[in-house]
Amino acid sequence: MSESKIVLEAKGITKQFPGVLANDNVNFDLRKGEIHALLGENGAGKSTLMNLLYGLHNPDKGEISVNGKIATILSPKDSIALGIGMVHQHFMLIPVFTVAENVMLGDETVKNGSLDRATVAAKITEISKQYGLDVDPNALVGPLPVGIQQRVEIVKTLYRNAEIVILDEPTAVLTPQEAEDLFRIMRDLTARGVSIIFITHKLKEVLAIADRITVMRAGRVINTVNPSETDSAQLANMMVGRQVILTVDKKDHEAEQEILKVEGISVRDQRDLETVHNVSFTVRGGEVLGIAGVQGNGQTELSEALTGLRSPTSGKVTIDGKDLTGKSPRVITEAGLGHIPEDRQRHGLVLSYSVADNMALCDYYHAPFSSRGVIQPKALDENSRRLISAFDVRTPSPFVNAGKLSGGNQQKVIVARELSRNVKLVIANQPTRGLDVGSIEYIHGEIIKMRDRGVAVLLISAELDEIMALSDRIAVMYRGQIVAIVDAKKTTREQLGLWMAGAQVQAA
Amino acid sequence: MDWKRFSFIALIITVLFGVVVMIGQVKQPPLLIITSMLATTIAVATPLTLGALSGVFCERAGVVNIGIEGMMLTAAFFGWLGGIYMYHIFGFTPAVSITLGVFFAILTGGLMSLLHAVLSITFKVDQIIGGTVINILAVGLTGFLNRQLFFGKGSVFGGSVPGSPGVLPTIHVPLTELFTSICGSSAACLQNVQAINRVFDQKPIAISAILLVFLSHYILFNTRWGLRTRAVGEHPKAADTVGINVVKMRYANVIIGGMFAGLAGAYFTIESVPSFEPLLTNGRGFISLAAMIFGNWTPIGAWAAALVFGASQAMLINMQIYRDVIPPAWSFLQESYIVGLTPYILTMIILTGIIGKTTPPAADGVPYEK
Repeated sequence: MSESKIVLEAKGITKQFPGVLANDNVNFDLRKGEIHALLGENGAGKSTLMNLLYGLHNPDKGEISVNGKIATILSPKDSIALGIGMVHQHFMLIPVFTVAENVMLGDETVKNGSLDRATVAAKITEISKQYGLDVDPNALVGPLPVGIQQRVEIVKTLYRNAEIVILDEPTAVLTPQEAEDLFRIMRDLTARGVSIIFITHKLKEVLAIADRITVMRAGRVINTVNPSETDSAQLANMMVGRQVILTVDKKDHEAEQEILKVEGISVRDQRDLETVHNVSFTVRGGEVLGIAGVQGNGQTELSEALTGLRSPTSGKVTIDGKDLTGKSPRVITEAGLGHIPEDRQRHGLVLSYSVADNMALCDYYHAPFSSRGVIQPKALDENSRRLISAFDVRTPSPFVNAGKLSGGNQQKVIVARELSRNVKLVIANQPTRGLDVGSIEYIHGEIIKMRDRGVAVLLISAELDEIMALSDRIAVMYRGQIVAIVDAKKTTREQLGLWMAGAQVQAA
Repeated sequence: MDWKRFSFIALIITVLFGVVVMIGQVKQPPLLIITSMLATTIAVATPLTLGALSGVFCERAGVVNIGIEGMMLTAAFFGWLGGIYMYHIFGFTPAVSITLGVFFAILTGGLMSLLHAVLSITFKVDQIIGGTVINILAVGLTGFLNRQLFFGKGSVFGGSVPGSPGVLPTIHVPLTELFTSICGSSAACLQNVQAINRVFDQKPIAISAILLVFLSHYILFNTRWGLRTRAVGEHPKAADTVGINVVKMRYANVIIGGMFAGLAGAYFTIESVPSFEPLLTNGRGFISLAAMIFGNWTPIGAWAAALVFGASQAMLINMQIYRDVIPPAWSFLQESYIVGLTPYILTMIILTGIIGKTTPPAADGVPYEK
């Protein structure tokens, strides 16, 4: 492998964004036919480096060479011409276009002024066969499963004769099985001489598939290592810059009485399609029920229905014996719910309000925050200072707008507000999405603390590792239904993955 | 456009025509009423069709354009003024003057939309506000210049509006001549052919509007330009990542859209009547937008919707002819303002989405940030 020639090299790349040095003298190279993983936390500068290679941004300093020649990449047009293709984390596909239209966009085949869809479709079919990427060129992209959409993205790069493919967090949206499939495709591609840059923050994946691993932290390259010479702990250490505890320390805890009881609820989404069908489960005090599932299988609507953001069309929700079906968020909150919403910026915080105001959003209207309808700034201030120190929120002051904080600290503001109240039930939806390892560690710890205090916790997450680490029982959601509820100790990743992909539950 | 929408359109047009036929049949044979209604419908739908096409190009590229009304009004004024200048000051023949007038109108529409493009694409101003600015600017500018040029002290034309070089001629389709021999000596047959012939005898802008509908539809859905236009309106970042210049595509489409609005403006002062009066577009730019939405942002759909509005206007015009024979039970139809409400009521019904929801381009109205 080390004999292979270098197809892409970046030397001394520096990129400054307002307030952040996103890339600081970064060196990176890619050999022909290898999978080179780029590992790092959010904000480490991985995506910036790739955007520079792909021409979406331009570096302040440094040079990029492709196949030994110095390349000027000012826009994606240049990088495409140099044989670089990129599959973005958020797919760059147009849902209302067909596969063929998406693939040809920007590089259209035209006959007599008209789009030549047939020729393009034939070429796509040929690429599909060659690389084992099964896609129907005439299908509309919107309704396709994410795994297939990702293939379309890969076909898009191959259609442009890419020899270097950048995959940005490609497994974030996939089930474990789909990820396996992707790894097979990646190996097929490298076997045919394609070189791959694989961006991720998942340690297991890089160890499983990468030929070399480069770790980035805070805009710098920390090291480049071979997977055979390293392990998860060492990689995590490099990523974070200190020792990290990768496992959650969790003692056994006896579950108490039933707190949340959900009986046969169905929910419709904003398009008026029923996305949750007849779901029932219970969560008891002192236990964590994890809901696993690939994103978009009804978890969002389920949590909205439980927290009062959306009314269920049928069924019943009770918290501690009190019927709260279709009640307003305030009524449900007063009944003892702490809610960590899926989208922290839209539903969790008012970004243009100060940290102090955000921390009082649940009970600003009664004492001590309000007195005869007038807000008491002193009480808000005291409350926020107490929570900021108790929950280790890194903010210059309580008066800074929540929008100015980093993602991890924004999430801590929400966690502080929701968990500091006297709650019986916590619903945490994707509580650590997009956070750095340090914050994840902290939030996981807080969730387990709540459970040990006898609070019922409903954890919804697309990260199977998170579900496995925190839950006492695990429910799997697939196409709006709970297909299985199992004891967390008596199941495996593989089994959960199969259920998440829609496999039938065998008699356990 | 689904069958539900097209059948709704067919139903409304049938009802509007039916009412007029039922009332007017004591005076005229039904065929004559229908063909005359059809001819009027096609003619008065012209600015709505062109306005809707204007909206389709802008919004398919991701720029909301509520300034169509203003673009039409300005174009109507400058097209008309240009014609007069060419005729009176430069001494061109009427035919050349009005043709140049049409070009001035298109140019004006293009320039007004360039302003909209600069505001909304380069400066990322809220596109609703940008469009409103254009509408207000249009009213002020045309009103002011109209007064200053023609009626002000020391105005160019000395206090009176000079004669206009006229309007565009009707293009005669020789159906009657073709069928004369087939009809032989049957007078009834000839009369019917003549009646049908009226539908096809339209003026140049009306005819080009229909041709442009089909041309636009083809361009939007079957060419490279169309694919890229729709891409920047749906997901500009995706277009950017495959090397498409989002800003350039948006500018170009907004300007093309403005030129359509300009041609619509020319209809008012160069094709329909040879005069200008302040505010003459009278909300038709906004009705065009309703037609565009009801047509689900497709040229053919928008045209069909524009025809509904055309038909309701044709009904209003024809009702005047049969005013004296309206039966007492239907006497409310004698009040022209009640009949005149039809297009506006239709607009509201259509926009409620009772006839099915339409989906705008996903990035419609969202400025593109890298």
